[in-house]
Amino acid sequence: MAQTATQAAQAAPSPPPETGGTAADAAARHRGVRRQLLVAAVLTVVVLAGLIVNNLGKLHPEAGGQPLVLTLGKWLGIAVGAGILGTLALDLLRALTQFKRTAPYVFISPFFIIFAVFGLFPILFSAYLSFQRWDPATGLGGMKSVGFENYTFTLGDAWFWLSIKNTFWVAVASGLPQHLVGMPLAYFFHVAYKRFRNTITGAYFLPFITSSVAISLIFTTLFSKDFGVVNATLDSLARMPGIGHFFPQQHIDWLGKSPYTKPAVSFVVWWRYLGWNTVLYLSALQAISADLFEAADMDGASRWQTFRHVVIPLLRPMMLFAVTLTIIGNLQLFEEPYIILGPAGGVERSGLTTAMYMYQTGFDYNDFGTACAISWLLFILIAILTFANQKLFARHGGTEGAA
Amino acid sequence: MSKFNPNRKAGTLTAYVIIALGALIMIAPFYFMFTFGTHPRDEIFKMPPPLLPGWAVPMNWGLLMRRVPFPKNFMWSVYVSVLTTGLTLFFCSMAGFAFAMYDFKYKKQLFVVVLGTMLIPPFLGMIPTFMIMNALGWIDTHRALWLPGAAGALGIFMMRQYITSAIPKELVEAARCDGCTEWRIYWSVVLPLLGPAMGTLGLITFIGSWNNFISPLIVLRSVEKYTIPLALRSMQDPQNTPWGAVMLGAGLAVLPLLILFVFSSRRLIAGLTAGALKG
Repeated sequence: MAQTATQAAQAAPSPPPETGGTAADAAARHRGVRRQLLVAAVLTVVVLAGLIVNNLGKLHPEAGGQPLVLTLGKWLGIAVGAGILGTLALDLLRALTQFKRTAPYVFISPFFIIFAVFGLFPILFSAYLSFQRWDPATGLGGMKSVGFENYTFTLGDAWFWLSIKNTFWVAVASGLPQHLVGMPLAYFFHVAYKRFRNTITGAYFLPFITSSVAISLIFTTLFSKDFGVVNATLDSLARMPGIGHFFPQQHIDWLGKSPYTKPAVSFVVWWRYLGWNTVLYLSALQAISADLFEAADMDGASRWQTFRHVVIPLLRPMMLFAVTLTIIGNLQLFEEPYIILGPAGGVERSGLTTAMYMYQTGFDYNDFGTACAISWLLFILIAILTFANQKLFARHGGTEGAA
Repeated sequence: MSKFNPNRKAGTLTAYVIIALGALIMIAPFYFMFTFGTHPRDEIFKMPPPLLPGWAVPMNWGLLMRRVPFPKNFMWSVYVSVLTTGLTLFFCSMAGFAFAMYDFKYKKQLFVVVLGTMLIPPFLGMIPTFMIMNALGWIDTHRALWLPGAAGALGIFMMRQYITSAIPKELVEAARCDGCTEWRIYWSVVLPLLGPAMGTLGLITFIGSWNNFISPLIVLRSVEKYTIPLALRSMQDPQNTPWGAVMLGAGLAVLPLLILFVFSSRRLIAGLTAGALKG
């Protein structure tokens, strides 16, 4: 059957070459057009669906305004336009990547364009703005150069120093235990739960992938003074015989009294990132050869001895990486205290972090210049600490730290 | 066989117990969130707090809808996250392909620039980003969210790593000899082979975009356009927060991620830590 068809095709006279191409060329062109139509159709349908879904309210007959047909027609127009534009954009990309020498530049250009507009430009502008006084209400023309005034003002600002103190407090109180607990925990994982390891690591990892807003809202209820789960738990622990007097006998006003806000926020941050650090250390442990653990085992080393003399030294490179991430992340702390304690940082601003103070200076006090100065001061601080951390690890790390 | 060592046995047992207790602490807040979402406010703040699910879901849903247009917020979250993820996959795979498969002038320097962008703390550009969006007239629009998020250094790095390790250069050369254009090599030869890396990067991007709080906080103004995190936050009220409704909303915000995570936790964790091991 197939054979006869081929024979028939061969027997048929080939089309006259008046278009300047062979039949194969024509077929390829045909395929190209079909592909373009397909892309355009898919884009049109997607955009149309997006418009309809996002404007369901306007489709209601009582919504008023234009008649339904007109609205739908407008959307159809937009969708078809988007389809054609998208196809042209793809064609443009195809045309631009024609030459092997220039193609890679075209391939990497979207990232660099986006970065230049929304990444680099804002930072340069921020540096410029930190030397200006500007209230957005006056428009861009209302900018006034003030030299280092924003910086000197910030450095003399008691609230700025309070925010730095708070940030450090929470960064250390949440960051240090992340690693002090995370490392042994990773080792525990290494020796236990061989069968359900993925499930149970997943449990530890869950807080890390969950929205910080949702998490902060849960903890706001858990930390509530009179009826929160945290106080209820402490309550029942305090009533236990023997260990009872180690626990507070009265309810702690976690979110309402200034000495307790920072511990509460620190706990949330610790809870959120413990799993992440544990998984980092665990992945480093798994990269270590099993022979090493076996050798320690043969020598009769206890678990603690193995941990102290085998695991810790080998985890050093990962420690540097993980601690660096913690420093950078914790010093920018914003979302958790913002939700749990409110935009002003709670009672007596006891939970106001520097990132929150910057946000407040910019968007509540409308002092954009000073806000930028604060962000640069914080950036310098982070850079110094990251650098110091690297140096510290390099000095004590010896050669095995060279990763 | 190694000789019997009572110390080791005890150590292993301790490990089992401690990990189990820790897992409980990690899971408990989620359990309370879902439980509280099914109780009215006055039952949540009772001693002892409710430990079992209740029947107040319809009531909490009503309270939730009175404060925010939750289905709309949910839709906007989906819209922004899907668009961000789609564009990120497209642009990052393109750039990763170029960095993995081509030799071009300034390639090393350009790649260092890409990696360097990862070191820039996001808060540094917060104020000027607001000003740019303001100048463009993009305040309270969603393109101010998905366009800046459309390509990231992490994605390019992951794609480059994957393409370098999984796709032989000979394949690309062979395709070129067969007369493939550069675009076709990317689109029809390399892209279809990127499945696993695309899955991981897609997950990471989607989760990040879904949870993003700061960018919407700066850009979005009207409740009608809020994404979920912003909508949840706007329900906080110093006087009378409907906590049952807030917990229901938080639960609904977390649920899609939870489902995604159940099916992909292994791949996700591997993908997130792989960068750390190599970097």
